[in-house]
Amino acid sequence: MAVRVQLEEFDVGAEIAKLRADPRVGAVASFIGVVRDVNDDAAIASMTLEHYPGMTERSLEAIVEQARSRWNVYDILVIHRIGELRPTDPIVLVIVTSAHRGDAFAACQFMMDYLKTDAPFWKKEATPEGARWVEARDSDDTARKRWESE
Amino acid sequence: MKLQVRYFAALRERVGRAEETVDIPDSIATVSDLRRALIARGEPWSGAFAETRRVRAAVDQAMAGDDAPLRDGVEVAFFPPVTGG
Repeated sequence: MAVRVQLEEFDVGAEIAKLRADPRVGAVASFIGVVRDVNDDAAIASMTLEHYPGMTERSLEAIVEQARSRWNVYDILVIHRIGELRPTDPIVLVIVTSAHRGDAFAACQFMMDYLKTDAPFWKKEATPEGARWVEARDSDDTARKRWESE
Repeated sequence: MKLQVRYFAALRERVGRAEETVDIPDSIATVSDLRRALIARGEPWSGAFAETRRVRAAVDQAMAGDDAPLRDGVEVAFFPPVTGG
């Protein structure tokens, strides 16, 4: 289990290869979040990610622990980037390994839904009209709540 | 008691600083008490809290509700809803 917060781009293939090396693994689920070139009808030239050092790592570790307690998973990796990113740049990577696909899929989606509402990152977008902070979406709260009733 | 108060994102920019040490009466017992005390100082805190939708808080780097208790030496952070991922 590992969480990393870093400026540098990550190597998805290399990270999956490391987790897949465990011979018990029958399923690998991964999610990659990517910067888009448009948001709320404005062109996005770049975005800058701010975070709360210390709390960020603790909140990601807590999310990993919750996923581990809910599903049968072998390993989990979460990498979240900070700093300035541009359209097509990857922002976040979650990889889950398990024996069968159900646990890996569910744990991966659960962690992204929790990360969206619980991990202290904030995005500031550069648009033609100037820089603006991204507003949180109500749909993110809804996605998280879904897991509380299951 | 003395607390370390930190601000992030839009709130940090509007307050004009990332952190400050505040010396407050012991009667300030909770996160919402502290928020009220900061707003009572006037600008920039009053405007920053008024203009930021749904300000969230953390105490010692864990998400905290309005009723979360405070004690001497804790780190309290205020910030807008998070937007990572």
